[in-house]
Amino acid sequence: MEELSRILTQAAGELIAPTTAAYVLAAIGLNLHFGYTGLLNMGQAGFMLLGAYGFGISTIAGAPLWLALIVALVASILFALILGMPTLKLRGDYLAIVTIAAAEIVRMLGRSSGLAEWTGGQAGLRGNEFKDTFAALSPLPDGRTAIGPFEYLNNGSDSWWVRLVGWSLVALALVFVWLLTRSPWGRLLKGVREDEDAVRALGKNVYAIKMQALILGGVFGSLGGVLYVLPRAIQPDGMARSMTFFVWTVLLLGGAATLFGPVLGAMLFWAVFMLLRAGLREGMAGTLAPTQVENIGGLVVGLALMLLVIFRPQGILGNKKELAFDAR
Amino acid sequence: MTADRPNLATAARRLMATLVVAAFPALLAAAPAMAATAPVATDCTPEASTACVAAIVMDEENNFVPDVGVTISGAEFEAQVTTTQEGPVSVEVPQVGTYTITLDEATVPDGLFPDPPEIDVTAQRGSTARGAITLGDQPAGAAPTAEPGETATGGAETPAAGEAGSEEATSGGFSLANAWQKFGLGIRLGLLLALASVGISLIYGTTGLSNFAHGEQFTLGAVLAFMGINMWGLPFWPAAILAVVICTATGFVQDVVLWKPLRQRSTRLTQLMIITIGLSITLQFTIQLLIGNGSERILNTNPTSMTIAGIRLSSWSWASMAVAVLAILFIGWFLTRTRIGRATRAVSDNPALASATGINPDKIVRIVWTMSTGFAGLAGLMYGLSVGTFSWNTGMQMLLLMFAAVTLGGLGTAFGALAGSMVIGVVVEMSPLIPGMPNDLRYATALAILILVLLLRPQGLLGRRERIG
Repeated sequence: MEELSRILTQAAGELIAPTTAAYVLAAIGLNLHFGYTGLLNMGQAGFMLLGAYGFGISTIAGAPLWLALIVALVASILFALILGMPTLKLRGDYLAIVTIAAAEIVRMLGRSSGLAEWTGGQAGLRGNEFKDTFAALSPLPDGRTAIGPFEYLNNGSDSWWVRLVGWSLVALALVFVWLLTRSPWGRLLKGVREDEDAVRALGKNVYAIKMQALILGGVFGSLGGVLYVLPRAIQPDGMARSMTFFVWTVLLLGGAATLFGPVLGAMLFWAVFMLLRAGLREGMAGTLAPTQVENIGGLVVGLALMLLVIFRPQGILGNKKELAFDAR
Repeated sequence: MTADRPNLATAARRLMATLVVAAFPALLAAAPAMAATAPVATDCTPEASTACVAAIVMDEENNFVPDVGVTISGAEFEAQVTTTQEGPVSVEVPQVGTYTITLDEATVPDGLFPDPPEIDVTAQRGSTARGAITLGDQPAGAAPTAEPGETATGGAETPAAGEAGSEEATSGGFSLANAWQKFGLGIRLGLLLALASVGISLIYGTTGLSNFAHGEQFTLGAVLAFMGINMWGLPFWPAAILAVVICTATGFVQDVVLWKPLRQRSTRLTQLMIITIGLSITLQFTIQLLIGNGSERILNTNPTSMTIAGIRLSSWSWASMAVAVLAILFIGWFLTRTRIGRATRAVSDNPALASATGINPDKIVRIVWTMSTGFAGLAGLMYGLSVGTFSWNTGMQMLLLMFAAVTLGGLGTAFGALAGSMVIGVVVEMSPLIPGMPNDLRYATALAILILVLLLRPQGLLGRRERIG
């Protein structure tokens, strides 16, 4: 019984974890790409990793927090431009191919020994090398605070301060996307998704709209990446292809082209994922090694993604009629 | 369009302003930063008064190789450690000075050669001096990597002796013999790539689907052969044949339980593409569950090397290249000379017209799926044999090259995929000859080609214009 309550507390803790908030931001970005504009970005982890490196490396070089954040955002904007220019005039799967390849290349660059001076190579950048500017901003007093079953440090890596900032960012992002999708520009995005030629016939520059959506979604991905690494180290191998696919699962679970889909999807995804892994760890303690538990967890995510897309492509909140769900 | 911009701009400005406002009170508070404990992969943490030496043993894909005995020796000091999968192993050394890192030959996996055989590093107080040794399937060639020291106190660079070696190797890289050898490696990669990417191209041609799970199908060939030999105790040939047969069966089964029902529900292509992604994650984690997260070798015997026309490759490489050529000739014969092959190309060109002439597209698509996964498995098996090691993410890296190859050749054209693969294979393997280009970034050249092709000739070498828009 005690074990069960500990597992449940752990899973509930995922609902407000910084990682969950980071995935919400990344999924909001992907939602702008795929949900609203119909762009198949298969490299959201690349945007996140670039954001993390931009933030981490510039902080280590001595940049203040605001400058480090700008570097992270500029990195993702440039990345979006490089990926978008050759592909956005072509059919949708070219963007998918190029983004999946580019995200992998970013990871390879990060772990390459040639750039190890800046990126730390395969070992990555340790958290306390780049966290100080962010931690120094915390107005919270030192010590621990317990709210309900959740007890964390006020400041530090896995703290209330990171959670506070993370979920505030999520709230801001939601307001931003809500305003954006109600604007004429937001309607253009949906227009591009539904019928590119019709939008073009209205005299709009479809290429420019797609590019703007790609950049904006990439910026959210980059912010998510910064938030993702704040409670941990920057490990290029931890932000690889599976991360992109987890973000996709989060988005499709919650419902693409909905405002709260990414939030609901991320909370549900991480709580269930934790429940599954913690349950396996406790229940099969003697028979399964920890890495095997992680692998089974990932396997279940893959199966869940397939079943989700086959049987409920609109996710929990989505509207099947609205979502044409086809590549551009 | 222009009327919308101010909206976006003000919104962005508001966001930035909020960030600045949020940051301001904290600037005043300036709470002391708490030292966060991050996971450090080493067991020696450099402090002001201690010096560390770390040994890194990696394979050609830059994965850590576990269970290799390493001796770190210097003035009045000798330590023996064993590498782990997690990262560099480091030891605290008593005094500053030069230390030599050597590998225990008996623990190096057979058929792999340490490059360089030993490395000297200079230990300094307050830093970790790292020496990296790469295990390659060639006795010499790849540039040794020496990572700069990770300094805790000052900006002092820790020079490692390996760096001098890397310059030698770089200047040696310009020799004609070296270039020719790299060209040989490129042909080997190109042939294996061709065998795998022809499947992607055929699936795309007949169904319009980009199969993101094709990389895992590639790895599966090597994984099954590895398991057959090392876990089930089968001799080589039965294990290899069984691996290819099972891989072929996966394509057939996939079409029966997954792709055909989805075709009948007329599921949209985007949905199908995301399903291939789900399949790819599922297969990837299944493979990790089966063989673990490290590099593996299909055969533990020492391969003999053969020199043909000045190119020195393992005999497995030569055999694999011969098999790949035969298989490609077979595919060419099949597509141009047999009824089913011609029907495949007809479905590729125009499914509606093809079915009007009495071809059953469902049957053709099933043959294409079966064939594609079979050849991908065969290519993966031969990759594992000729390169020496493979790991769960080998196929994922190959997938990038395959996509670059089929795009270069023209998506959906089988012969384009063959031509594109040869170009990508040779360019990728020869790219380390470019001065300053690290060996572990050679796959990045494939992405550069991919982007250039899409900018300059999006239909590829042999593709047709109407396919891309």
